[in-house]
Amino acid sequence: MEQNPKTTCLHDDHISLGATMSPFAGFDMPIEYKGIVEEHNAVRNSVGVFDVSHMGEVLISGLQAQEFVNHIFTNDVRPLADGAILYGMMLYENGGTVDDLLVYRRKADEYFLVINAGNIDKDVEWIKACAAGYDVKVDHLSDSYGELAVQGPDAEKTLRDVLGIDASALGFYTFADMKHDGEDIIVSRTGYTGEDGFEIYASPELTVRLWRRLMDAGVQPCGLGCRDTLRFEAGLPLYGDELTADITPVEATLSMFCKLDKDEFIGKEAVARQKAEGVTRKSVGLEIQGPAIARHGYEVLDPEGNTVGTVTTGYRSITLGKNLAMAMVNTPFAKTGTPLQVRVRRKVFPAVVVKKRFYTPNYKK
Amino acid sequence: MIKYLPSHEYARIEGQEAYIGISPYAAKQLGNVVYVDMPEVDDELEKGEEFGAIESVKAASDLFAPLNGTVLEINEALNDNPRLVSDDPLKNWIIKISISDPRQVDELLDQEAYDALCANEQH
Repeated sequence: MEQNPKTTCLHDDHISLGATMSPFAGFDMPIEYKGIVEEHNAVRNSVGVFDVSHMGEVLISGLQAQEFVNHIFTNDVRPLADGAILYGMMLYENGGTVDDLLVYRRKADEYFLVINAGNIDKDVEWIKACAAGYDVKVDHLSDSYGELAVQGPDAEKTLRDVLGIDASALGFYTFADMKHDGEDIIVSRTGYTGEDGFEIYASPELTVRLWRRLMDAGVQPCGLGCRDTLRFEAGLPLYGDELTADITPVEATLSMFCKLDKDEFIGKEAVARQKAEGVTRKSVGLEIQGPAIARHGYEVLDPEGNTVGTVTTGYRSITLGKNLAMAMVNTPFAKTGTPLQVRVRRKVFPAVVVKKRFYTPNYKK
Repeated sequence: MIKYLPSHEYARIEGQEAYIGISPYAAKQLGNVVYVDMPEVDDELEKGEEFGAIESVKAASDLFAPLNGTVLEINEALNDNPRLVSDDPLKNWIIKISISDPRQVDELLDQEAYDALCANEQH
């Protein structure tokens, strides 16, 4: 991690709101304002707004843009209409994950990539290296965009009433280029919470103005603390926990985002091999039967006490009130209902394999 | 008499015994406590060593022993209602110990020194 963390355009606003700040992915970010539980519940029950300006943006354009994006991306952008969005990964040849990302198709020859903050430098370098020989332009735009995530069942109404943005026509995983205060913005119906919601990409200056309008209207500011508890409940992976350079999408049970009917993409052979032959370990959900919380890095044991895996994320679920975890376990122990144990410091607690999507998302359309 | 470790555990000294818990400042930082991982009765504690943990929604925080001693009692009420620690951490101690080296009491921070440390942490 860098010695001097970077800041987003909203850093001063977070400080003046009294946020608890902490370094995350190289940025000094708000973890909570009012409290993780209150912020989490605001998103589940009404609406909350996150500063996610730390996320990275890369624009791929040019004659071979589609071919190139399909080369570095596991999902298939060919069937996408303008204004459609796909989730997927960039992989190394061995199938390990460079990053997971969203690809926005603006035009047949223009794709907007949204990448994880902690991976920005690595990803840009990777994309540029992969682009050799392709007739494409790679523009790294992270400094040109702030990003807000307005999430929760009241998100559409909040965009309309507070920001004057009519996003009602947007279906889930679609976006529109819009004008706002005379500037170009991108509004997408996407998020990382398991609720309906939107992400707004705008200039840093406009992002600050939009944020302040939301604050003035009393919308709950939400920190990265509840961003993690929300995405966890919805079973969504976080790069660094459920996906890493050593974890393939097949192991992470994300192979539906890898399209093997494409002619090629980097890592395709590794994914195809793993899908055909099976993997030795898999990401699963665990419900801990006891009061302890299984955190990242804790050991998963079989009933006899042999180590069979590792916890990747764990919380007392705020919405469900259960002690839940995502864990990478050896395949023989990955079946739903399998009894396991987790070691929490000096004590061992029983656990059982459950579906990873702990909370059923409420997406629109 | 109440004394503190810089890591925010307190020891309320009553003769040869001490009640160990976390300070109101630490409780406020942690937010909602959802689980208190306590040692067993008769466990030996060594000053500065981890003896348990407090889980909040956010994270697990280790508990460190302010003094050498033997666990006489654990606060069973915390098993059913860990939030008692958030509500009133001074009243809701975590463990009671017998002090095995009374000289160590002098090495702990008094209220004034501890308050100064917290004031400093907030800046």
